[in-house]
Amino acid sequence: MRDIAIIGIGMIKFGELWEKSLRDIAVEAALNCMKDAGTDRIDSITIGCMSGGLFNGQEHLTSLLPDYLGRHTTPAVRVESACASGGMAVRSAFMEVASGMSDYVLALGVEKMTDVSENIETYTLATTADGDYEAFHGINLPGLYALMAKAHMEKYGTTRNQLAEVAVKNHRNGALNPHSQFPMEITVDTVLRSALVADPLRLFDCSPITDGAAAVLITTVEEAKKIGKQPLVIISGIGVASDTIALCQRKDILKFEAVELAGQRALKMAGKTINDINFAEVHDSYTIAEIMVIEALGIVKEGQGGVATANGITSLNGKFPINPSGGLKSKGHPIGATGVAQICEAVLQLRGQAGKRQIKNAKTALTQNMGGSGGSCVIHILEAK
Amino acid sequence: MEVARHWRETPERYRMEAGKCSKCGKIAFPGRMICPECGSTEFTKHTLSGKGKIVTYTIIRTAPDGFEDLVPYAVGIIELDDGIKILAQITDCNPEELKTGDRVVAKFRRINEDGKTGMIYYAYKFVPDVGI
Ligand SMILES: [Zn+2]
Repeated sequence: MRDIAIIGIGMIKFGELWEKSLRDIAVEAALNCMKDAGTDRIDSITIGCMSGGLFNGQEHLTSLLPDYLGRHTTPAVRVESACASGGMAVRSAFMEVASGMSDYVLALGVEKMTDVSENIETYTLATTADGDYEAFHGINLPGLYALMAKAHMEKYGTTRNQLAEVAVKNHRNGALNPHSQFPMEITVDTVLRSALVADPLRLFDCSPITDGAAAVLITTVEEAKKIGKQPLVIISGIGVASDTIALCQRKDILKFEAVELAGQRALKMAGKTINDINFAEVHDSYTIAEIMVIEALGIVKEGQGGVATANGITSLNGKFPINPSGGLKSKGHPIGATGVAQICEAVLQLRGQAGKRQIKNAKTALTQNMGGSGGSCVIHILEAK
Repeated sequence: MEVARHWRETPERYRMEAGKCSKCGKIAFPGRMICPECGSTEFTKHTLSGKGKIVTYTIIRTAPDGFEDLVPYAVGIIELDDGIKILAQITDCNPEELKTGDRVVAKFRRINEDGKTGMIYYAYKFVPDVGI
């Protein structure tokens, strides 16, 4: 297997982008990525998009996007793993280059969510759960995470305020990110006064509906050295794992087994332990998700995610910064773009280009992207060389 | 529109029929062709007891399409006496008064409908077990 580097990243400002279409935002991110890489060589494209069909009435992005990228004969594949589609697209790009099939692969994540009514948005998100045995009974994604939040509070004593602290911390980081959809600071009170969605979760426990795209350009370390960008950012480990689609079928509904296993697999591949990681971008689709993810990754002990967050361990200047970008909560969560955007943030930090939210001496990063209520997870380890 | 999709779930939704692995005894609901515990492909029919206790629950305030009229309503994960967990609505109660650990029992109820002239979907919901 060939060693892999990321030579370009491309973000756009996330938000409710009424004036732009699915193809517009995807092309914009790709252009930014090629500009950052200093090359427009793309041998192949992997596309992360959860549901162009339901959100936009548009499938067949493997024709549409190469076409509008001005290279209509370039090979493309689309990868779907619910909210983990973006991370999985980066993994596909990695494998394509590592295997020698292609030398330059663009991983392009995109989701244009605001072209449909709120009902269809909610319906589409609920397709990431078990359609016949969860969504059928009238539960949605926030409802499933609420079931975990309630159980976490009862088993470990996690408090309502500790959940809120996740959102407060991520908005504090996101306020420093020019690509953030909601770049404003909030307080615990903001969260506690927002509308109840599914007890105990409130509106400000949930990531927003977002239009967005993000891209990374992947090549071999050998090629990257020729281009000569410093520092070189490599992908040294990738782990993927799955879990049951239905939350209730897990032995322990408070354990993200897919996250734990994907983390172990990625770290093993990179020859690292969690203690070697300087910071992480994780999938905080709901505040409780970030708490359970940092537990599953072994960053904090089982049940201690809430306390650790309230104690500032995961803050920008804490012992283990989590979501310096602002996370899904503040930066926004354009489903298929999210996993790619996490990697863009990791690269920015590792290059020392993260501006006001720069983490000092960031050398090794982990990105964690998951689908639905935790039924699939992809984790990348990135290093500055 | 989705008649076949719902019709084929009738044994599970109307009668709570599960599969029991002939090799290891694992109960799978809904039924499966491959046992997630031992890999066996042999199952016998097992009708769930429909009785159990609440493991966790939430009260839905912003409902998915077709459930708006029920708001606020409780959805929970119930651990059945058969030893498996199942997700369902918990009804015939004040959701604010529910507690984890409460005993509940399954009843046959209307879940949703496909518009005014479409199909009506039925399945189990759970209600507080008052011991009758
Ligand atoms: Zn078995």
